[in-house]
Amino acid sequence: MQGFLDNLIRNAGHDPATWPYTQFVYLAGMAVAALIVINFAAIASGIFSWAERRVAARIQSRVGPNRVGPAGFLQWIADAVKLLLKEDLVPDEADQFLFRIAPYFMMVGFCCVFVTLPFSHSLIVADMNIGVFYIIAVTALIVVGIIMSGWSSNSKWSLFGAIRSAAQIISYEIPGGMALMIPVMLAGTMSTQGIIRAQGGLPWQWFLFDNPAAFAAFFIYFTSALAEGNRTPFDLPEAESELVSGYNTEYSGMRFSYFFLVEWGNLWVMSALAVTMFLGGWQIPGLSPERFDALTGGTAVVAEIGSLLIFALKTLFFVFVVMWLRWTLPRIRIDQMMSMCWKYLVPASFAGVLFVAVWMLIVNAAPWLGLAMRFTLTAVGALTIAMFALRVLKNIRDTGDKFDFTSNW
Amino acid sequence: MTFEEIQQRLAAKFGERIGALAPANKDPFLVVAAGDLVEICRFAKEDAELAFDCLMNLSSVDWPKKNQIEVVYHLWSYSKRHAFVLKVLLDRAQPQVASIESVWKSADWLEREQFDLMGVQFEGHPDLRRIMMPDDWVGNPLRKDYAEQPQWHNITTTRDNSLEGYVRLDELKKKAAEAAAAAAPKKEVLQ
Amino acid sequence: MSKPLEIPTMDMENKEVLRRIEITGDMLLNMGPQHPSTHGVINFLVQTDGEVMKRAIPEVGYLHRSLEKIGERCTYNGYMPYTDRVDYIAAMFANQGWAMAVERLLGLQVPKRAEYCRVIACELNRISSHLISVGTMAMDVGAVTPFPYALREREFINDLLEELCGARLTYNYLRIGGVAFDLPSGYEDKVSTFLDHFEKILDEFNRLITYNEIFIKRLAHLAPIPAPMAIDYCLVGPNLRASGVNFDVRKALPYSVYPEFDFDVPLGKGEVGTPGDSWDRFWCRVEEMRQSCRILRQALAQMPKDPAIMGKVPRKIKVPEGTEAYSRIESARGDMQYYVVAGSGENAHRVKIRTGSFTAMGIIDALSRGLMIADLVALIASLDVVAPEIDR
Repeated sequence: MQGFLDNLIRNAGHDPATWPYTQFVYLAGMAVAALIVINFAAIASGIFSWAERRVAARIQSRVGPNRVGPAGFLQWIADAVKLLLKEDLVPDEADQFLFRIAPYFMMVGFCCVFVTLPFSHSLIVADMNIGVFYIIAVTALIVVGIIMSGWSSNSKWSLFGAIRSAAQIISYEIPGGMALMIPVMLAGTMSTQGIIRAQGGLPWQWFLFDNPAAFAAFFIYFTSALAEGNRTPFDLPEAESELVSGYNTEYSGMRFSYFFLVEWGNLWVMSALAVTMFLGGWQIPGLSPERFDALTGGTAVVAEIGSLLIFALKTLFFVFVVMWLRWTLPRIRIDQMMSMCWKYLVPASFAGVLFVAVWMLIVNAAPWLGLAMRFTLTAVGALTIAMFALRVLKNIRDTGDKFDFTSNW
Repeated sequence: MTFEEIQQRLAAKFGERIGALAPANKDPFLVVAAGDLVEICRFAKEDAELAFDCLMNLSSVDWPKKNQIEVVYHLWSYSKRHAFVLKVLLDRAQPQVASIESVWKSADWLEREQFDLMGVQFEGHPDLRRIMMPDDWVGNPLRKDYAEQPQWHNITTTRDNSLEGYVRLDELKKKAAEAAAAAAPKKEVLQ
Repeated sequence: MSKPLEIPTMDMENKEVLRRIEITGDMLLNMGPQHPSTHGVINFLVQTDGEVMKRAIPEVGYLHRSLEKIGERCTYNGYMPYTDRVDYIAAMFANQGWAMAVERLLGLQVPKRAEYCRVIACELNRISSHLISVGTMAMDVGAVTPFPYALREREFINDLLEELCGARLTYNYLRIGGVAFDLPSGYEDKVSTFLDHFEKILDEFNRLITYNEIFIKRLAHLAPIPAPMAIDYCLVGPNLRASGVNFDVRKALPYSVYPEFDFDVPLGKGEVGTPGDSWDRFWCRVEEMRQSCRILRQALAQMPKDPAIMGKVPRKIKVPEGTEAYSRIESARGDMQYYVVAGSGENAHRVKIRTGSFTAMGIIDALSRGLMIADLVALIASLDVVAPEIDR
């Protein structure tokens, strides 16, 4: 972004290095970027809240919101307005200061992630060379916010939810982080754009199908991301049937909406990260990153939009998968979740890292082996999807059910 | 085993303390003394022939005219698939009987219920306290002479008949209509 | 308003039970009486050390409506709608228990067709009650989707029963001596269509949740109740059969026309865990729904042609004071028993309704030692307790 701003300054006829107002332009640029990013996060969260309600309803054989706007699309705006107008309740016995600032910790931790999250070939706020490390570090702020909100509510049930959540998130940082190290090793850089550039557009060029450990790492990362986002099957901290709402029970109005903004926005973040690390990001099949950089004029714009669309579609698919999982799977109990993390995922992720290190050496010596493995794994993936589709069709036939896209919108 | 056979077996063990089966009403029952209850119940459970492994019901019936409270025990055997009914007649002024919670665990809650609603004291019960009513409730609701306390923690236990509320509303409306008619200026008839 | 209302403070300090147990150093929580686990208004005093519970003491009585006392002032006929409210999710069974008890008092014979109508209504109600039970159990464990699926199927049954007797929940369908209405025309076809559809849905339900890995992990080995303990605490119904005790009132003490039907009684075998654990209780209910479908098909096929649906009931039901009668039926929640003592007028002197949920509450304290809070929710759900049955 600094280069972009420098270009603007030069176009205006000043030299960035000597002009006294360069820093102000930088500051203005940062403010604009932050505004855009936070707005994107907020609007994406709102739209995901609508999407989740529709997806949940259709899975549960219901309709979902369908009154406010076409297919209920404006429901989230109505909800946001309502929450803004609600009474701002702070319980008498709650810690007044911490209760009020806890949601902002979560917002900050969540919004900061967007700094190094790519959206397309050149749309990224700051492509730091420690991008992934930065993301993992900054999401830890969310834990602080959760514990603060649970403790300051001065309610035993909120405290329960907060402590469960903190334990869960901190535990799953480890396998998640280790699983993210595998693409970093394969790409040789921690920069998010760099990792995407090291992959390609076609499925067998993705890191997902690079080797079995990377394949497993994707699932380990995905599971850990679900746990960190408090999504089912790991939503014990907000288990509705036990704790009402866990750490955000005492919150109402806009403060309450901040929690859910973070939760739904996290869907985008975890999916975008998965797509970046393992699924080739915004790469267009057949267009290598070098040729992409060299494009000019109209083709460049078209390619840029294409890369944006590809990234968005892949991310939205995973957002849908996360929502799908929420409404299908039951909840895992806290001790089962802990044992799964520490006894299975952590050793698995460490083993994966070792395997990838050795594999990279092998592939260095015999590149054809790497290629063969990629194609094999892609075939395995395609086969799995085909088997899944056949199973779904069989289930539909068995219950005498029908696809009906025409009704109940 | 039929009711008669069970009664005979109990009589064989306990002799004089077991009377005759009450005349077959629809379901015959056996009246036993309150003091013998625990012993008889324990035998009924542990005997190989009777094997009453389950206390399926424990109720109490208030007979103010006879000045008695009956506590009725319905026993059931899953292994032998036979039932039996024991009754204990207690003095209505001070109904006390030994608890059989030590024989069958289901008696725990069943006895608490009769303690709460009928006021029967079960001696030896590990945790005798109210179950349906709040802990500081006064009285035993299922008794025939039970009169509700007028209020509990300043919440009245009676409510006005809702019809009376409507009648009051009608009278208010009538009064308001009469007042409006009286206050309205007389209209002058145009010539 | 004459004086301000003093809000009753049943603080933790004033509770009788807290004077009797030792709580030093542990957290004391109230789970309820309002909580989203939809088993009704029940409170649990949970003494925990972090996540692991030391004790969970149930407190009931929030839904006590003195139904037994009301039985002492209603005529025998007039009490029928009150019995609906004893267990409003499985109201037909409560109706039937009362009807059978009073019929035993009077020595009445119920016409065959009325018995068949009763069986059809009761088995449909058993399916709908079990649907709620398994749906809420899945929801309490975290899988929200099976609950709307169960409710969707239950809507068909609600429609069928509404067509039969006019009500969707509290039916008041049975009468002393028979039933209120005969089956409407075309009813057999409607029920058959529903059964054809429903049996396939049961398989889908099993695929979705019953054999789901996480579901099994949550419920298998959770609070297994050995058969002697179940019998000692007088558990009944699917809870008892899950522990392996082969006792179904319809088979052991046949009443109505159940001897004429051929059906199995599912027993818990510890298929994925310990025999008698929570998963077995869940599975028993799912299988009982399947057996109910069998009974329904046979009942529809064997309906007698004689149209009489009420026996010879006297205009005023009066029985000598002190006459007692006892009835036992296999309700959705187990062995529901009515103990009726006739009074001097047209009403009963004492009505005692012994329900399965009441004794099931008694076992929760004993089972909850060492469980986690998440497990307590699953345990209560697996015992299928409903507050109206407990409190009456």
